[in-house]
Amino acid sequence: MSELGDRIKDVIENEPVALFMKGTPQFIMCGNSDRALRALREAGAPVTTVDVLPDAAIRQELSEVSGWPTIPQVFVKGELVGGADITEELGESGELARLLEEKLGEGYRDGAEEHVVDVLSGARA
Amino acid sequence: MAERLEFLLRNAFPDADELCVEDRTGGGDHFQVTVASPSFDGLSLLDQHRRVNEALTEPLRDGTIHELRIKTRGTST
Repeated sequence: MSELGDRIKDVIENEPVALFMKGTPQFIMCGNSDRALRALREAGAPVTTVDVLPDAAIRQELSEVSGWPTIPQVFVKGELVGGADITEELGESGELARLLEEKLGEGYRDGAEEHVVDVLSGARA
Repeated sequence: MAERLEFLLRNAFPDADELCVEDRTGGGDHFQVTVASPSFDGLSLLDQHRRVNEALTEPLRDGTIHELRIKTRGTST
């Protein structure tokens, strides 16, 4: 596995909630990424986002790791939750909040911060 | 293009009770697919979507599908 692949895996495994999206929360480049981010925010999730657009290799490596073909992809505690449709559906039914509580603990909303990771450089902000 | 997707889904889910492909923008690349099939019974939402993605591997890979929205359900509930 390449260095890029290792960084992607590292994000999936070590960030409580990882969202691989097109663009950044400040500048969202696709409606589906927007839907997934909204659902996560509404559930109060501490989201760490990764922009897949800077290099096509990010998408390719990510899909190899996850076995999921499309963007966005949401992971909670290293486990694939799904794309925008599933995340939105789980958000609407309240199941997303339940899942977050189960995986991250009851107080997951407290002090939930958003982070952005650049998997090309490894920088985390 | 919607017909091609419907054909692929029909082959993958021959027993689907509901199978619908909508071209959301009329541009032939933004689709909403809805599949209700007994073969989804007992599968998680994640696995249900996985099956739909698998059926559409080709058009997803070759760029035919720019955006895909998926709605699935089993038929037991």
